[in-house]
Amino acid sequence: MSGAPTLALANVSKSFGAVRALRDVSLELFAGEAHALAGENGAGKSTLVKTLAGVHRPDTGQVLLNGEPVVFTGPADAQQAGVAVIYQEPTLFPDLSVAENIFMGRQPRRTLGRIDRKEMHGQARRLFERLGVALDPEQPSRGLSIADQQLVEIAKALSREARVLVMDEPTAALSGNEVARLFSVVEALREHGCAILFISHRLDEIFSLCQRVTTLRDGAWIASEPVAGLTHDDLVRRMVGRELGTLYPKEAAELGEVALQVDRLTREGVFTDVSFQVRRGEIVALAGLVGAGRSEVARAVFGVDRWDAGSVSVAGRPLPAGSPTAAMGAGLALVPEDRRQQGLVMELSIERNIGLTGLGSLRRGVTISRTAERDRAKDWAVRLQLKFARLSDGVGVLSGGNQQKVVLAKWLATKPSVLIVDEPTRGIDVGTKAEVHRLLSELAGQGIAVLMISSDLPEVLGMADRVLVMHEGRLTAELSRADATEESVMNAATGRAA
Amino acid sequence: MTTATAPPEQTTPARSARGLVDLVFRARELSLVIALAALVGVTASVNGNFLSGQGIEDILLNTATLALLAVGQSMVVITRNLDLSVGSVVGLVAFVTGDQLASGWGILPAVLLGVAIGAACGLINGLLVSFCRVPALVVTLGTLYVIQGIDHYIAHGRQINAVNLPPGLLSLGNGSVLGVPYLPLITLVIMVAIGYYLRSYPSGREFYAIGSSPEAARLAGVPVRRRILLAYLVSGCLAGLAGVLWLARFGTVIADSAHGWELLVVSAVVVGGVAITGGVGSVYGAALGALLLTTIGSALVVLRVNPFWQQAITGALLLLAISVDRVLALRLARLLRNRSRHG
Repeated sequence: MSGAPTLALANVSKSFGAVRALRDVSLELFAGEAHALAGENGAGKSTLVKTLAGVHRPDTGQVLLNGEPVVFTGPADAQQAGVAVIYQEPTLFPDLSVAENIFMGRQPRRTLGRIDRKEMHGQARRLFERLGVALDPEQPSRGLSIADQQLVEIAKALSREARVLVMDEPTAALSGNEVARLFSVVEALREHGCAILFISHRLDEIFSLCQRVTTLRDGAWIASEPVAGLTHDDLVRRMVGRELGTLYPKEAAELGEVALQVDRLTREGVFTDVSFQVRRGEIVALAGLVGAGRSEVARAVFGVDRWDAGSVSVAGRPLPAGSPTAAMGAGLALVPEDRRQQGLVMELSIERNIGLTGLGSLRRGVTISRTAERDRAKDWAVRLQLKFARLSDGVGVLSGGNQQKVVLAKWLATKPSVLIVDEPTRGIDVGTKAEVHRLLSELAGQGIAVLMISSDLPEVLGMADRVLVMHEGRLTAELSRADATEESVMNAATGRAA
Repeated sequence: MTTATAPPEQTTPARSARGLVDLVFRARELSLVIALAALVGVTASVNGNFLSGQGIEDILLNTATLALLAVGQSMVVITRNLDLSVGSVVGLVAFVTGDQLASGWGILPAVLLGVAIGAACGLINGLLVSFCRVPALVVTLGTLYVIQGIDHYIAHGRQINAVNLPPGLLSLGNGSVLGVPYLPLITLVIMVAIGYYLRSYPSGREFYAIGSSPEAARLAGVPVRRRILLAYLVSGCLAGLAGVLWLARFGTVIADSAHGWELLVVSAVVVGGVAITGGVGSVYGAALGALLLTTIGSALVVLRVNPFWQQAITGALLLLAISVDRVLALRLARLLRNRSRHG
């Protein structure tokens, strides 16, 4: 580890609109080292990866290649410089063959610049031999497992003689054997002089594969240090590192009967054997990492996606699979994760959005009564303290927090008995966040059962009466309010026994 | 989620999966040939004249323009786009070059003018789609009407008459060498050249890459916008050439030659196995699709079926082709998934 780092970021900042994704972040990758990048969801890891890949350009700060500043104007530049990135979702061409995927744009040529297919397949075969895997270069990449797709990506990196290999959560979708195979390949590359940047939520993998680790939190650099001296808990502390405030005012409420009962719910390949119940007046948090299957469970419960096995019942009555209409009829409401795409119709006005869920009750004869719609919107705007100029304004002009209130109003107007909220405060400023929390607490106090999916640990710990933790499609822990700590939740979420 | 597969066991299923995929795609062109053979066989058994020299020549001549347009269109469709303006380009070029030829231009300058007009239309389409990121459907629907409008403005109700055209042009349209008419020969040469380019050159493969996954193509450093622009340019140029060939074949044209052909071209491309979602198919398939649609038209005439049925049959064929594609793709995906799981 001497000389200039192969690739480095120096004091890089990057903002998207008002969101500061990276703040003054530095990172050095040396040849022959496997470097881990750790941080919670939303800490800025993906933005950092895309900066290295040439997809984003830093607002301030520099990218350094062998100590020299470089500017990547696009992904092609970064590839040219020897940076290969393997994204969490492999980016292959499903209709083209494995060999074509590896060599796109750099196919071996024969006379007149034509592609030498034989040579291309031969080279691909030799790459796979070097990696110790048996993939057929002439097979189309459609239908390959995620693990095999990643091997194709690695073969692509090898064929470019990449000097830096960035892997964004490569193990998220792999099984034990596949992870072992991937690691042996990565280890061999590292010994060969490659610099590896490895991102994983499985902390054990960081400890077994990497020499150094850089931690990010809320877009800021926290530490870069050797893995050797660290404990698992040290790392979690660096990733979480906040003091719990008194922002979260969940008041104890009288628990009523079971409102939502989910029994051994399974959707093949997505989540397995998920069972839990939520009582009236209770807030239950569903914690876990992105991709653990939390939102998918919520979607299945609400009927947006089908489930393969298990059952869901509301107030003791079973729900049919795959019917949002039946779910709404039974008193279920879902405030989805992505309010711009799933929660709101951005082109429509505030009042129209609030009215969407209950068009039936707004009907006078065969038409919708504009007066009834406006009255309903007015009523909810006051109750949720919505800040707006006119109810006929498009929801697009509202701030994130106020948009979230509109989504909430839309669903509360259906008078639900069970409210599922998916990341209710993502991208919302602190003040509005507290209002949303107060609101959820009030709703629970009125006897509504609340299931809250959240990646925000302090929110989970502050708001929830009980915490369910998911890891890779399974419930791994159920913690009471007293037992739930940042460490216990993170441990369960990263698949490590508490 | 897939279970782990030990490397040595993977070889067999992977290879047979490939064979399967190959079969499906070869089966597509094969099934076109079979359908064509059946159609010709049945029609010829009812009316022997169908297979006479003149009958075959007519079909080939009629196919030539459509297939040429289909070749250009398939390049665009392979990149997951669409060019609806080709019919209008044919109409405009046929009239404008006819006008010039009637006023004494030579054939070569007229062909160059036609191709240049086509290229200009293709350039506008391509720039709007690739650089301004307007959806292809909207852009080319717009240019369809604009070009048609210009065509009508220039024509102003006039007509180009065969008697005013140079005889050389008309013999290009209707003459033949060794019994094979010129027009299908021209189409054949262009089809083979473009098909070879798309298959054998690195930049040719990039068209497939873009259609297969635009995002992956961008991340792989493929010049996505330049390739899409090129696809529209080629489609425009070929539409321009087709316009001149149209004039050569028919001699007498009014403003709206090839009116409504854009949909026929798209049908030929889709029936020929080029996926409307991009990334799959070949110009050979597209040309075969054009041949099949044209042959159906001729066969219906010979069989004395009401010509109104022709449109219904074309439509039914299109639906059949698309549903078969969809079903096959789903089956294939499931099969491949199961194989990699149990392999």
